[in-house]
Amino acid sequence: MAASSRTQVISLYRMMLMESKKFPSYNYRTYALRRVRDAFRANRTEKDPKTVERLMVEGRQTLALIQRQ
Amino acid sequence: MLSPCRTVTSLLLRPASRLPLRLGSDGRAASSLPKEMIKKYELEKDECRPLYMDFQATTPMDPRVLDAMLPFQVNYYGNPHSKTHAYGWESESAMETARKQVADLIGADPREIIFTSGATESNNMAIKGVARFYKTKKRHVITTQTEHKCVLDSCRVLESEGFSITYLPVMPNGLLDLELLEASIRPDTSLLSVMTINNEIGVEQPIKEIGQICRSKGVFFHTDAAQAVGKIPVNVTDSKIDLMSISGHKLYGPKGVGALYVRRRPRVRLEPLQNGGGQERGLRSGTVPTPLAVGLGAACSIAQYELEYDHRRVSMLANRLVQKIMSELPDVIMNGDAERRYPGCVNLSFAYVEGESLLMALKDVALSSGSACTSASLEPSYVLRAIGTDEDLAHSSIRFGIGRFTTEEEVDYTAEKCIHQVNRLREMSPLWEMVQEGIDLKSIKWTQH
Repeated sequence: MAASSRTQVISLYRMMLMESKKFPSYNYRTYALRRVRDAFRANRTEKDPKTVERLMVEGRQTLALIQRQ
Repeated sequence: MLSPCRTVTSLLLRPASRLPLRLGSDGRAASSLPKEMIKKYELEKDECRPLYMDFQATTPMDPRVLDAMLPFQVNYYGNPHSKTHAYGWESESAMETARKQVADLIGADPREIIFTSGATESNNMAIKGVARFYKTKKRHVITTQTEHKCVLDSCRVLESEGFSITYLPVMPNGLLDLELLEASIRPDTSLLSVMTINNEIGVEQPIKEIGQICRSKGVFFHTDAAQAVGKIPVNVTDSKIDLMSISGHKLYGPKGVGALYVRRRPRVRLEPLQNGGGQERGLRSGTVPTPLAVGLGAACSIAQYELEYDHRRVSMLANRLVQKIMSELPDVIMNGDAERRYPGCVNLSFAYVEGESLLMALKDVALSSGSACTSASLEPSYVLRAIGTDEDLAHSSIRFGIGRFTTEEEVDYTAEKCIHQVNRLREMSPLWEMVQEGIDLKSIKWTQH
């Protein structure tokens, strides 16, 4: 479980960065990249599976939001 | 110096050209391009726009806010006050969610939030409304000299209606003297209006202490928190605030929407400015613009979530800017208190340089010398005069606004450009030459005749 979750997190992270790069406007693009990186870094030591799950749901919603831009 | 378009702006924009379907930079086949490329071309038209460093005037809308608003601009178009069909209900429920988001950010009850068209309307409503409602018994209103124009002007109107108004001076650091405030309150004082964060110099008034004084004296306390909400923690219960103005476009929300907080317990009553259908508890008639209200709500909830992160980043960038400029330029004065301030608003006076010419020299950075409302005139800012800044220094001040979307590169570029231009302008200035020769400018009599 833990291992698959780790790959899931990394894949979400990569997807979010990739999509963030598509913001045409400089300020929004740099903000999105910075915010995604900082959010993942801030929670990298998170152990509680419930919190990780909640963060993953939030992350997926944000990813969808970035894709809609 | 290279032209701005070839230096920073194009360098910064270059990563956008790494889009998946790059077709070369001439873009002849624009019509057959996918969505992303079209977006890119639309933006490249504006490639030479200046950097934005004026976050006190307005802020760009957060993409997350737009995302929340969009459905209400197209699909969910019902009138939120229609009670007879589903279109109305869905709009109403979105509006109420937004109301709750605004209330949560400031620690209020959703029923205490009234949607308005912006902070100017909120300020007008609060000041005129309260003063007029209690006019039979109380005919005195207190405010400060550094308030926003819309507060001062509302007070002028009240003055012409026979109210007496006290415009309190502020100390040289921009803060209100609490003893003076206490001494100015009269038995017939109905309202005190003080802004939380000044829009020009960024000082943060001691709101908690002021709230305490007002509550103990039975005076209603209104605060214009347009620059504060979403940037610093504000709590209406802790600070004993009775009325508070909020603006949407100062916290990465849409323009054209704001809110007024009106306390229910102890109840604050006001006379409405706008009469009509009785929306918003009869205080502000007129249909609430659902998309804008939803945008304000989303902006508030994002601001609550991002408050700490944004504040840390804005402080870091502001420090970087001030350190850089101060370490390389002599005779730069920071206006306003050094400690009690919002870091994102940096107001610097560059001695012996004329502010307007510096603004023109820095034309590839969007800056201003003060409030956007007064930026058309060459008069020095009344806020700076109120804090006792000398006429010549008030003329040479520039406000740097830093916000959520500002980058390190932008700050560095602005600082470097600013240092370069100030040095250049000073070299041309006879005043600067005289100062270097050791002549005290204050001792010179300028008028000979």
